[in-house]
Amino acid sequence: MRQTWGAWAAAAALAVALALPLASLDPSVLNIAVFTLMYVGLATAWNIIGGFAGYISLGHAGFFGIGAYALGLLVGHLGVPGGYGPFLLVPVAGLLTAAVAVPVGWIALRTRAATFVIVTIAFMFMLQILATNLRGLTGGSQGLGYPAPEGWSPRFVDVPFYYAMLGLAAVAVLAAWWIRGSKLGLGLRAIRDDEDRALALGVPTWAFKVTAFTVSAALVGMIGGVYGYYVTYVYPQFVVDPLISLSMVLMAFLGGTGTIAGPIVGALLLEPAQLELAYSVGEARLYLILYAVLFLVVILVLPSGIVPTVADRVGSRRARQPVAPAPAPGEAAPP
Amino acid sequence: MTTLVLEAAVLGVLTGGVYALMASGLTLIFGVMRIINVGQGALVVLGAYLGFVLLRQWHVDPFLGLLLTTPALFVLGVALEVVFIRPLRTDRESLSVLVTYALALGIEGVLGYLFGADYRQISVWYDTATFQVGGFHVAVVYVLGFALCVAILAGLGLLLYTTTFGAAIRATMLNRAAAQLIGIDVERVSAIAFGIGMATAAAGGVVFGITTAFNPGSHYDLISRLLTIIVLGGLGSLRGAIVAALVMLVVQDVTAVLLSPTWAAFAFFVVLVAVLVARPQGLYGLRVRERI
Repeated sequence: MRQTWGAWAAAAALAVALALPLASLDPSVLNIAVFTLMYVGLATAWNIIGGFAGYISLGHAGFFGIGAYALGLLVGHLGVPGGYGPFLLVPVAGLLTAAVAVPVGWIALRTRAATFVIVTIAFMFMLQILATNLRGLTGGSQGLGYPAPEGWSPRFVDVPFYYAMLGLAAVAVLAAWWIRGSKLGLGLRAIRDDEDRALALGVPTWAFKVTAFTVSAALVGMIGGVYGYYVTYVYPQFVVDPLISLSMVLMAFLGGTGTIAGPIVGALLLEPAQLELAYSVGEARLYLILYAVLFLVVILVLPSGIVPTVADRVGSRRARQPVAPAPAPGEAAPP
Repeated sequence: MTTLVLEAAVLGVLTGGVYALMASGLTLIFGVMRIINVGQGALVVLGAYLGFVLLRQWHVDPFLGLLLTTPALFVLGVALEVVFIRPLRTDRESLSVLVTYALALGIEGVLGYLFGADYRQISVWYDTATFQVGGFHVAVVYVLGFALCVAILAGLGLLLYTTTFGAAIRATMLNRAAAQLIGIDVERVSAIAFGIGMATAAAGGVVFGITTAFNPGSHYDLISRLLTIIVLGGLGSLRGAIVAALVMLVVQDVTAVLLSPTWAAFAFFVVLVAVLVARPQGLYGLRVRERI
């Protein structure tokens, strides 16, 4: 029952998303849509290590930055002209990000819980320093430019990026969905609940953690690449931005970590609201305060997130009705 | 060159003392409550702004102003603990990171709204004064700041190791449940430990504000350094935090002289990675058995 519901909802959402550019070619709407889809992908990718395994990374903006720089450098050095070409190199940027993620995960995943959070933060700032200091490679604080897409009208220019972000978001959701149902996903949840016991029961915790971390990072890196091409210029402090890390974490927590729908719901609710706030409030500082308040409310009022809370409510209401068959308790509340 | 390196090492020790003070609050909070206060950097910056305002508006010497700001931040810390940290029941260790991160953003936002993004520095009349020891030039403010930090750290040590309340804190650090069983009010101990952590942040913030230019966003850089220090020292170890702070700042300042200032901050993180590869539990890991 739940399975078919989920499949229908996913199909309907995808159909609406595919049709959106046809319905509205208004650049400002598409611009919001591009960033919203970007965060759907980012929050979903973060969830693979942060939600499934419970390893909260606050350094994922580092991988976002690696992807953005990797694609920019590839495009620049191979002399790919602006247009559809750079999109074809996005998977390569993902592979390069994964190549960095393996050693980083190898070191960071030796630590747990709070120490892991700290190591990921340190990693992010390390990358920020590298991006600023390796001027010969990255252009330092002058930034790294992408070729401008030629022949795309201002009304059309958002459309390819919209579909690219949609595709990556879909890949991320499919990857999360597949992992969640696989033996890997089961092992990751065992790690989240009790890592030592999982190890004792024969879960290859080490391999599982590094795999999940790398997949998560590669997805974030690919999205970072498309972002870099979209904004045409990448600067160390704007792609390796602590707020990008924090946004994906907040969205996953708002929707519900460890679920598939949670990060999607969180991103769909938060990112348009955030962009709207940034446009209307304007004052960057006030926006930080609002963000902080929102975050505190989410964690203190809805610590398990929207999707699990709603599922709980629905489940308990069904259970109270004597005629309807009561669902098993485990089924009603996805972990 | 040797003199330059030695001078950098002396400077590293002096600034290391300030970082030791700021990190000691962070590691104390972790030891007692098992939470990471990512807001510590923002509170240091808040302390610096308080010192700055006291000097500009009321011409209060920032060191004297500490008599006002440290109690104020202590009370603020207790209040933050009661309102934001205590309600966390499930998954405290991870959620508290996010809550304190949000607090840091809120403080950054409020400071930015009040003061703008311009860099400020607390300028006292003696901030250019230097004296010579054995051929080295040493700035007076650094020595004053170092002396202040040593004094506060010594006070903290006395509190922890000679008083009954200190024993209660140490008992809570060792085993929260057992401490509760023998009648220690661990909630109260936690709130006060959080307050002490904030008070050390305020004190460290004033010295930081005199020696360094700061703006509301300075807390990102600070917290990444402070967190690196307490991970290196071993979470919850006061002695480890002090040793790690001294080592890191000496490494950083010597790198600045030998290589270049732009790579100095990077050296910080290289040491972190090297230590984590060899000893994931840090130099003086409190929870060695839990970690392996």
